Amino acid sequence: MKLKQLSVFLENRPGQVKVPCKALADAGVNILAMSLADTEQFGILRFIVKDPAKARDVLAKAGCVVKETEVLAVEVDDRPGGLLRLLEVFEKANMTIEYMYAFNANRPGGKAALAFRFDDPEIAVKALQGAGINAIAPIEL
Amino acid sequence: MEQTQTCQPSGSATRFNPESAPDYVPLKQLRALQLHRLQAIVGRAYERVELYRKRLDALGLKPQDLRKLADIAKLPFTVKTDLRDTYPYGMFASPLEEIVRLHASSGTTGKPIVVAYTKVDLDVWSSVMMRTLSACGLHRGDIIQNAYGYGLFTGGLGAHYGAEALGATVIPISGGNTDRQIMVLKDFGVTAICCTPSYFVHLVEKALEMGVNMKTLPLRAGIFGAEPWTEAMRRYVQEHTNIKAYDIYGLSEIIGPGVASECECQAGLHIFEDHFYPEIIDPQSGAVLPDGQEGELVLTTLSKQAMPMLRYRTRDITSLDTEACACGRTIRRIKRIARRSDDMFIIRGVNVFPSQVETALMNVEGTVPHYQIVLTREQGLDKMEVRVEVTPELFSDKVGAMETLAKKIGHSIFNITGIHVQVTLVEPRSIPRSEGKAKRVLDQRKM
Repeated sequence: MKLKQLSVFLENRPGQVKVPCKALADAGVNILAMSLADTEQFGILRFIVKDPAKARDVLAKAGCVVKETEVLAVEVDDRPGGLLRLLEVFEKANMTIEYMYAFNANRPGGKAALAFRFDDPEIAVKALQGAGINAIAPIEL
Repeated sequence: MEQTQTCQPSGSATRFNPESAPDYVPLKQLRALQLHRLQAIVGRAYERVELYRKRLDALGLKPQDLRKLADIAKLPFTVKTDLRDTYPYGMFASPLEEIVRLHASSGTTGKPIVVAYTKVDLDVWSSVMMRTLSACGLHRGDIIQNAYGYGLFTGGLGAHYGAEALGATVIPISGGNTDRQIMVLKDFGVTAICCTPSYFVHLVEKALEMGVNMKTLPLRAGIFGAEPWTEAMRRYVQEHTNIKAYDIYGLSEIIGPGVASECECQAGLHIFEDHFYPEIIDPQSGAVLPDGQEGELVLTTLSKQAMPMLRYRTRDITSLDTEACACGRTIRRIKRIARRSDDMFIIRGVNVFPSQVETALMNVEGTVPHYQIVLTREQGLDKMEVRVEVTPELFSDKVGAMETLAKKIGHSIFNITGIHVQVTLVEPRSIPRSEGKAKRVLDQRKM
């Protein structure tokens, strides 16, 4: 399923990651999946929460630059090779994954969940469905 | 059909203010007045100020040698350090009993410079500021929020007296306290605001954050001065609000605000040359340049009693436009001042102006983000870093896109200045905001 991901711009300075995390903690917002992209000069913190609208508000109030983007969240079997099937579909469809990261472990039903960022998530959904993978199945958050 | 751009003042703005009559005086009459005043002021300066007397004597010049306006070029220049060297009262041409006001400009190093006004000087100041506001389309009935700083800085009181003389309603809010500024803008039915352009950009941003849409307010004019700003900033301001953004010009050494102002045409600033005589010189050789050519603006006060300035070098780079303006004013115009020879910094032997960096940012991003130039020296090598605040419009969740942005800005700055710079993307509001003049350059080089 398509989910709204939030990203926050961070400078490379000690204590910077704390700012958005503390804002979310104070507002009682739990982070379900996250990734931190680092470069020499700055970082981009991306994450998924249950209520992105509220989180966005909280972060903006804390002075963060926030961006909302759609990512594709798909469940796979939590075993060696579980991810591989998806990657093969994307490769066949000649799609570039901008970046990806995993949800928290210990999901029900022996599943793992991943978030993928594509330029056009709709094409990825179609490619997965063409391969018989249910890409619009809701994911428990 | 081809559209020619003409100046079409809105109905209310064309109201003629009789006090603005000197703006429209026939040129022959104006030149005669200028010569008459020049001869008088040089005489006064020579008799009463030691520095001028010594300098004229050294050249074998007497005030009587000024027979035509062009003879002004015979006079020596006055520079800012002259005011420092004679600190505090050495340049006064009136006894303290006749001086009713002192202002001081914040010096960047050491002592400030002190400027003085007699009662007559204050009246002239009010009238040129009134003519300024009038040229910006303001009149009785306007509600003017004056957010220039009140105090030793000439901006606040200069605009204040001009607005009162105009008969407008003045809100003397002074600078700072942004939340309150926005509340007053919203609640008091303010139609015009006076402040530095960079502070107004800050107000626009803050209003957006507070959920106040400036376009819904009756605010229709911004009177912006005290620092150089660009057409890019004007576009930004005029797009985000319903105001017409006017550029005004002045400096404490001459009188304060009220030396020159744009009119409805927003095509150069009319200089109130019945009081302030302009010349453009080559900043290197000091030679007077022909009209239209770009150089440093030199001003002579034609009527200032307490502190006459003879050929004062402003360090501002502009040119004189003698073309008739569509507004009908006969007084000449100076081109908008985008840079000061003071603002210029030299890095690895190359002259760079902050306005060039601003243009480069504008070319890439289409807006004017907050930025700061930081100069450092590492192992004898000058380095220039440009810090740019990331706005929600610029921010992308993709690392590649952000790196491309920084690279593009770097290229754009290189294309304009020829200097390779390090571009650092920083968090919003991490660059200090000024409530007066924006500090664009942080020079941390140890010479």
